[in-house]
Amino acid sequence: MAETVLTHAGQSTAQLEGWRGIAADWASDQRAFKNVSWGKAMMWIFLLSDTFIFSCFLLSYMTARMSTTVPWPNPSEVFALNIGGNHIPLILIAIMTFILISSSGTMAMAVNFGYRRDRVRTAALMLVTAAFGATFVGMQAFEWTKLIMEGVRPWGNPWGAPQFGASFFMITGFHGTHVTIGVIFLIAIARKVLRGDFDVERRGFFTSRKGYYEIVEITGLYWHFVDLVWVFIFALFYLW
Amino acid sequence: MTNAAVHMEGQLHTPAHGAVATAAVHAKGQQHPIKLYLVVWGWLFVLSTCSYLVDYFGLHGYLRWSLILLFMVLKAGLIVAVFMHMAWERLALTYAILLPPIAVMVFVTIMVLESEYTHFLRVLFFATPS
Repeated sequence: MAETVLTHAGQSTAQLEGWRGIAADWASDQRAFKNVSWGKAMMWIFLLSDTFIFSCFLLSYMTARMSTTVPWPNPSEVFALNIGGNHIPLILIAIMTFILISSSGTMAMAVNFGYRRDRVRTAALMLVTAAFGATFVGMQAFEWTKLIMEGVRPWGNPWGAPQFGASFFMITGFHGTHVTIGVIFLIAIARKVLRGDFDVERRGFFTSRKGYYEIVEITGLYWHFVDLVWVFIFALFYLW
Repeated sequence: MTNAAVHMEGQLHTPAHGAVATAAVHAKGQQHPIKLYLVVWGWLFVLSTCSYLVDYFGLHGYLRWSLILLFMVLKAGLIVAVFMHMAWERLALTYAILLPPIAVMVFVTIMVLESEYTHFLRVLFFATPS
């Protein structure tokens, strides 16, 4: 039975690079993704599937907008705000974009401090990220309220093509849901970090598995993805 | 042992954590200098401002669309490569994640053709063209 000793468990020391590396990794025994834990690989695969979902929303929006003969409402005007007597186009969406980018920055730093095992800074940065996220959702709620008051419905609006409302509510609604889930995720993990779960390798309540600081990076992957989706929504829905 | 990369975290308080993109980085988890994140953060702000200015100055036509797409792709690339650490992952993962979205581009092509056709029929039979 001496042969049952684990030899590296997929962590072979010399790994090929380039295309030969891809072929070797995918053809290898047990694990295609070397150096990446199952948790991180699964988050990436989830994000890929989420990419397809958002792509389908944006595609249906594109199809509706390209095929309608009714003029599309001008987003620059629809999302303009009057601030201090000045009429500024798209200003709310711009602020929301900057907030989300800032939250991505603090999240990236949180991951960094997590791997340095700096509990307090990691948790603090994650909570700042969550606060940015909550602010974003709040502004989105304000935006929805404003548009609904102005008469935008999924089946029509005062300015043009009726599909505008359906596209808007589906796309931003689904994105806002993702941000909300991300905020909850961030707060849950920040609590664990602060409590020191990953220093004492305390077992999780649901999974009974030990946690590691890598979960901060995995949370970060989700959060950056939410920001990434917003980049596409901002460009394709609001600016186009 | 799947979390071996993380187990090695313990030794991380050595000054070695400044090293970027070496093979050792993987063994210690994704550890890069803070400065890199700050620079990328700054660029994301600049690019977002640029794409907002496209709308603010009311550019239109192909100039507007190409600028929007350019800033969008640059921002997305920075986020995925640096913030999500894709630049330092092994190619087996990178390609597994980044190639499937090509299918989306195929879908886009199909739907562009389809909606052109739908628009054509609507103009022909129902409405005054916009």
